[in-house]
Amino acid sequence: MNRFSRISFLLTAVCAVQCMAQTVPTTDQRLNALEAAAKSAQMAGDNAWMLTSSALVLLMTGPGLALFYGGLVRAKNVLSTMMHSFVLMGVVTVLWAIYGYSFAFGTGNSFIGGFQYLLLNGVGGAPNPDYGPTVPHQTYMIFQLMFAIITPALISGAFAERIKFSAMLLFTCLWSTIVYFPMAHMVWGKGGLLNAFLGGKIPCLDFAGGTVVHITSGVSALVCALYLGKRVGFPKEPMKPHNLVLSLTGACLLWVGWFGFNAGSAVNASALASSAFVATHFGAAAAALGWLFAEWVRHGKPSLLGGVSGAVAGLVAITPASGFVKPFPALLIGFLAGVVCFYMATTVKSKFGYDDTLDAFGVHGAGGTLGAILTGVFATNAVNDGLKDAAGKALPLGLVDGNPGQILNQAVAVAISWGLAIVGTLIILKVVDVLVGVRATTEQEIVGLDLSMHGEEGYNLEA
Amino acid sequence: MKKIEAIIQPHKLDEVKEALKSIGVDGLTITEVRGHGRQKGHKEVYRGMEYEVDLLPKIKIETVIPDARLDEISRTISAAARTGKIGDGKIFIYDVLEAIRIRNDDTGEAAL
Repeated sequence: MNRFSRISFLLTAVCAVQCMAQTVPTTDQRLNALEAAAKSAQMAGDNAWMLTSSALVLLMTGPGLALFYGGLVRAKNVLSTMMHSFVLMGVVTVLWAIYGYSFAFGTGNSFIGGFQYLLLNGVGGAPNPDYGPTVPHQTYMIFQLMFAIITPALISGAFAERIKFSAMLLFTCLWSTIVYFPMAHMVWGKGGLLNAFLGGKIPCLDFAGGTVVHITSGVSALVCALYLGKRVGFPKEPMKPHNLVLSLTGACLLWVGWFGFNAGSAVNASALASSAFVATHFGAAAAALGWLFAEWVRHGKPSLLGGVSGAVAGLVAITPASGFVKPFPALLIGFLAGVVCFYMATTVKSKFGYDDTLDAFGVHGAGGTLGAILTGVFATNAVNDGLKDAAGKALPLGLVDGNPGQILNQAVAVAISWGLAIVGTLIILKVVDVLVGVRATTEQEIVGLDLSMHGEEGYNLEA
Repeated sequence: MKKIEAIIQPHKLDEVKEALKSIGVDGLTITEVRGHGRQKGHKEVYRGMEYEVDLLPKIKIETVIPDARLDEISRTISAAARTGKIGDGKIFIYDVLEAIRIRNDDTGEAAL
């Protein structure tokens, strides 16, 4: 060893000893560091999935629902119908930021939240331990916002082609405030009347919004259809869907977006999210076939519109059940939804003669109700063990777990959603009618809402 | 001069065009139209709502020709457009008062 290398060896040795003395952590320190690393890794994974889910749920409204509904109306109303979905991405977001999130998820009473998150005060990067212990509170807030956007957009299927735009805006603001925010609080808010997981008096199982989203929107849609009356010429004049290619595209985007809607409702990237993802897909697939076959038997031909309507009906029905049921019950729930919603949107509608233009009630009201009840039948703690007794043992969930009483809880939740939707929507429609008038004039309706409300046309093919 | 107006099945357009070209008829105008004669329409069902569709898509061919070729051309169209089933269409023939070529003001049969 020459002199130089001897010195450098000594230096290295001294350095190593010094470094070790400074950094060798105690076991406790190492455990803490490990815990912190594990926690941040989980947060990173969960947050990535929840942000993705939030984007997927927004995709359901625009362009998913806008395309689905837009294709089903006549060409002269395509833009106004798409506008009914699109504009809510703006309107509800603003309401949500100012008071919506606070009314839905703030701590309040059994029926509505409070003022604590007004102007999103205190909604930041730190997780809310009740709603999502492993994601930033802000992530949970934006995820829930996407649900608040699509719900009133679903109603627009009932008043398409004949509502005044100003009335639609005012209706939506009031409806979100009076029907949606309280309903979301009751089912998902801390201390809400129906919240099975956070201290509700009547524990209802609604994983992703069968009551909150689909029953409220579907039943309100029926009230709107009855209040506004039929379109000019309905049902004598032909009112064929003007572009089913758009509808197919939109329905498939809804299907994809629904993975965020349901699997995202796990509020983490766990096995529960996977289970909800699988149930969602299975429900949609079986329902598409259910509607298709029912139609084939009934009308002699299976239509593409029937298939995609069935898929949407299945997605609706599996929504409350998605985080509680195994794959095969999901197939069954979907298939039943396909057949029942087919019957509701065809036979029942024509028997009663109401003009639910795009079958918002037949699909969302009927499918949501069916799904909410069947959740009480097929929910099992083998899928979701979130409800535990004092000893930490998972409580039985639905009938298949030996808890038939859950069906009654589900029925109460269904009745409350129906009641709030009917009463709330009727009052709001009356108020809107007095303030701005709900319905477009006959002339405006004949010209089409695109030109009369928005001054533009969807197809300027020769321009 | 005569004007021939033929309403034909859309899927027969190419055959008629080829047949006319082969006997030297160069100018024609095509319009997509809808209508019905004795042919019945069909039924469409959208979510249980049934619609009778009785105005079916057709093609209208218009061409103006010298009087002397009327027989030959109308027979050619008729033969090319025929399937033998109801819905094959009709041919109408009109007298034409005058024809003017916009490019150079040629008139009469010289303008065709």
